[in-house]
Amino acid sequence: MGGKSEENHWATLLRAANAGDTEAYRQLLLELTPVLRAFARRGLERAGLSGADAEDIVQETLLAIHLKKQTFDSKAQAGPWIRAIARHKIIDALRRRGRRLNIPIDDFADLLASPESEPDMLIGGVDGHLESLAPGQRKVLRAIAVDGASIGEAAARLSMTKGAVRVALHRGLAALAAKFNAEEP
Amino acid sequence: MRTAHLIRALAADSDARKISPGRALALALIPGVVISLCLLLAFLGLRPHLIALLGEPRLLFKLCLTASLVALSGPLVLRLVKPGAAVRSRVLLLAIVPAFLAAACLVELVVVSPTLWGQELIGSNAVFCLKTIPKLAAAPLIGTLPALRQGAPEKPGLAGAAAGLFAGAIGAALYATHCPDNSPLFVAACIVWP
Repeated sequence: MGGKSEENHWATLLRAANAGDTEAYRQLLLELTPVLRAFARRGLERAGLSGADAEDIVQETLLAIHLKKQTFDSKAQAGPWIRAIARHKIIDALRRRGRRLNIPIDDFADLLASPESEPDMLIGGVDGHLESLAPGQRKVLRAIAVDGASIGEAAARLSMTKGAVRVALHRGLAALAAKFNAEEP
Repeated sequence: MRTAHLIRALAADSDARKISPGRALALALIPGVVISLCLLLAFLGLRPHLIALLGEPRLLFKLCLTASLVALSGPLVLRLVKPGAAVRSRVLLLAIVPAFLAAACLVELVVVSPTLWGQELIGSNAVFCLKTIPKLAAAPLIGTLPALRQGAPEKPGLAGAAAGLFAGAIGAALYATHCPDNSPLFVAACIVWP
């Protein structure tokens, strides 16, 4: 895991995602998640914190990747781009926990997947911020994320147009990312 | 919310495509540069006989210098807003510009008699130049900064500074077509001072 071929594969998926390929994008996020989890665990453990809290950093990093995926240069390699975002989010998270750590960049030289699976119980993370979203955005996010509704199903269920669902979803996700950034240390 | 759920929401949002920082910058620069060009033509005007004077090495040098600053700082700005992009080589490349300017100043000092140095350095309208370049740079800067919000700078301060340099270089390049002072000494004083 995490070798050159893996990174080339991610670059292909990222390019496809930026060209509008939803399935490639979903695949990319699924493949990156265990890698980001290992990253976050390592960062937390280096700072003397429990690696068990890694999941909200994983979620925050996924949101950052989502909102900034257009900054991936189609001619660039995927590894440095992913590492830079992940490292940045770990440093952000540690700072909020009152740890000022200078993480050597070598710590993230390899992108190894974590053997740990996602914890069943999640405290904090996206859930903590979901409640503070506008009601419309929260309902759309819940319908699509938790209940697995498509854009069309969510629109029918909430008596909204598809366009309005798309807008609420995008704004809701952007608001979630902003809530992470605004968290008090 | 489980991470798998979050991914479901992120994938559903993936048709909300955004334009790349490069395209955003190009689109934002078009109106910015057009406005500055209009200001230049309306209030300053091109230097008389600009085309005929292009054979003048000092004028040509001034135009090439400012144009190369634009051409080198633009890609640097774009790299600074892309996570993980290599920046060092671009910064080193940018150092060519002051190096060329310093070399040209040396040549100028050798060619021109020392009694004229002061006059060449100050030129005939240095204060006007210092006031005008930022005005011509304002519209490109106003276009550049929002476009950079499409990006994700790892060092926002550095990215902002590079954007300022880029916009300033555009202002200086435009102003160079008007300014009657050609001496590299004057160009150096004008660029280094602010």
